Amino acid sequence: MKEPPEIDVAGAARTRHPLRWVASLVLLVLAAQLVSLLVTNPNFQWDVVARYVNAQIIGQGIMTTLLLTVIAMFVGVVLGVLLAVGRLSENPVARAACGLYVWFFRGTPVLVQLVLWYNLSYLLPEISFGIPFGPEFVSADTNVLITPLLAAILGLGLNEGAYMAEIIRGGLMSVDPGQTEAASALGMSSARTFRRIVLPQAMRFIIPPTGSQVISMLKATSLVSVIALADLLYTVQSIYNRTFQTIPLLIVACVWYLVITSILYVGQSFIERHYARGATRNQPQGFWSFVTSFRRRPMPTPEVPS
Amino acid sequence: MSVPMVHARGVRKHFGHLEVLKGIDLAVQPGEVVVILGPSGSGKSTFLRCVNHLETIDGGAIFVDGELIGFEASGGKVRHLRRREITRQRREIGMVFQQFNLFPHFTVLQNVIEAPVGVRGEPREQARERAHALLRRVGLEDKAGSYPRQLSGGQQQRVAIARALAMRPKLMLFDEPTSALDPELVGEVLATMKGLAEDGLTMIVVTHEIGFAREVADRVVFMDGGVVVESGTPADVLDNPSSPRTQAFLSRVL
Ligand SMILES: Nc1ncnc2c1ncn2[C@@H]1O[C@H](COP(=O)(O)OP(=O)(O)OP(=O)(O)O)[C@@H](O)[C@H]1O
Ligand SMILES: [Mg+2]
Repeated sequence: MKEPPEIDVAGAARTRHPLRWVASLVLLVLAAQLVSLLVTNPNFQWDVVARYVNAQIIGQGIMTTLLLTVIAMFVGVVLGVLLAVGRLSENPVARAACGLYVWFFRGTPVLVQLVLWYNLSYLLPEISFGIPFGPEFVSADTNVLITPLLAAILGLGLNEGAYMAEIIRGGLMSVDPGQTEAASALGMSSARTFRRIVLPQAMRFIIPPTGSQVISMLKATSLVSVIALADLLYTVQSIYNRTFQTIPLLIVACVWYLVITSILYVGQSFIERHYARGATRNQPQGFWSFVTSFRRRPMPTPEVPS
Repeated sequence: MSVPMVHARGVRKHFGHLEVLKGIDLAVQPGEVVVILGPSGSGKSTFLRCVNHLETIDGGAIFVDGELIGFEASGGKVRHLRRREITRQRREIGMVFQQFNLFPHFTVLQNVIEAPVGVRGEPREQARERAHALLRRVGLEDKAGSYPRQLSGGQQQRVAIARALAMRPKLMLFDEPTSALDPELVGEVLATMKGLAEDGLTMIVVTHEIGFAREVADRVVFMDGGVVVESGTPADVLDNPSSPRTQAFLSRVL
C-alpha cells in the first residue's frame, strides 16, 4: 500500500476574496459621496436641526409616541393571547370568530382602520351599553367618547392583536403536544397546563418576533398624525407648516426614531440571543468581527522550501 | 374477592372509520403487574390512554378502583364527566411515556413537585422532601438541580417515573418506557420498574422487553387487531402460546 504524501495543513495560505475587496471599495466611495453631500448641501440646514433636536415640544411628541407604542402593544399582546387561544380551541364558533378577526384586521391597511375609528361617529353617532337588543344602561356621544388618543389606541392595538395572535399561535403550536399530555396525565387543569407548561415554552418562539413587532409599532405610530394626535411626526409637521423648514424638521424626527429603534434593537438582540442559545451552530459573521478580522488575522507564514 | 384495580369491559374505540379497540376485556387485581404485548398498531397505546381518559372510549366501560372512568352513571343514564372530575380521576393514575415528556423548562426537582404542589396543594417543603426521597429511590438524588436536557435518556425516564409517583398513584401505566432508549440504558429503567413491582404497586406495562415480562409480570396479555388474543401467566403465554397469532408474534421478537 502506498503511503499518502507528507503534508501538514497547519499554516495553509488563506483563500483570497478579491471581490470582497472590490465591493468594499465601491461602498466606501459611495459612503464618502454621501458624507460630502450631507456636509456641503446647505438645504439640510443642520443649524435648524440642532436647534430643534432637543426642543421641549419635540420631547412631548416623543412621549406621546412612546406612550402610544406601549399601550397599543399591550392591547395587542393581550388580544393576541386571547385570539390565539380562541383559534386553537375546540369550540368551532370561537375558532371561526377569531379566524375572521385575524383575517379582517390583517387584510385591511392599518391607516384605513385608524381613520375608520376616528370617524366612528358617522357610523354610530351614539354608543350605549346594555342588554343586547334590550334596554340600555348608559350611552354616550361617540364624538366625545372617541378622542384621537382612543382612536389611535383602538386602531393600532386591534390591528396589532391580529398579528400577535398569529405569532403567539405559532409559538403555542411549536410546543410538543406530549407536554400537554404529560400535564393532563398528572391531573393538571387545562388552565394550569397553559400557564405553567405550554406558555413558558412557547415564549422562546414568541419573544423574538414580538421584539420586531415593537419596532414596527413604534414606526406605525407615526400614522396617527393623520388623525391629529400630537405624536413625534405630527409635532414636527405642525412646526414646519408654520416655518417651512420641512427637511430639517423631518431629519429631527428621523434622528429620534432612529435613536429609539436602535435602543429597542439592542434590547431585542439581547433577548433573541438569550432564547436562541444552542439553536444554531454557525452564526453569520457580524459586522464588527468582519472589520476586526482584518486586523486580527495572523499573517500566513510562507512555506520555506527546504 | 376484592375490587379489581382496573376493570375494563368491552372497551371499544375508533378513530374515524378505523376501529382500533374492538371490545377489550381486562381485569387487573391490586398489586398485580400486567404486561401487554402485541404487534405495532394493535391498539396497546390506545387502550392505555383510555384507562386514564386521555382518549374517550366509544363503548364498554373502564373502572379504576371501582370508579367509572370518564363517565357518570346514575338512574340508568350515563353522562360524560366534567373536565374537573376527569382531572381529579387522573391524579390517581400515573403514566410514563415512551418519549419521557419531562417539562424541559423545569429542573428535575421542579418536575417532580409541580403536580403535588400545584394540583394536590401539598405544602412545598413536604413535597420537596418527598421528591428527594423519590429521586433517591430512582437513583438520581444528585440530579435534583439539573435540567432534563442535561440528563441521559435513561435518567430522564427515571425522573419521569419519580414525577408520576409523586402523585401517590394507585395505578401506574407504562407505554413502552424503554423503547426510546439506547440498549445500554434500558436496564436501569427496567430495574427501577422492577423495584416498584416488588413494592406492590399495581402496574400495566406495554413493552417489547420479553425478559422483563418473564421476570416481573404476574400476567401477560397479548393483543392483536384491537382484541385481547391471549392472557395468562408469563410461562403460559410466552412458552406455550395457544394462539397461532401469539406464536407468530413471539417467533419474530424472541
Ligand atoms: N389520534 C389518533 N388518530 C387517528 N388514528 C390513531 C390515533 N391514535 C392511534 N391511531 C391509530 O390506531 C391504531 C392503533 O394505535 P396504537 O398507538 O394504539 O398502537 P400500538 O399497539 O400502541 O402500536 P405501537 O406498538 O406501534 O406503539 C394505529 O393504526 C394508529 O394509526
Ligand atoms: Mg404504542
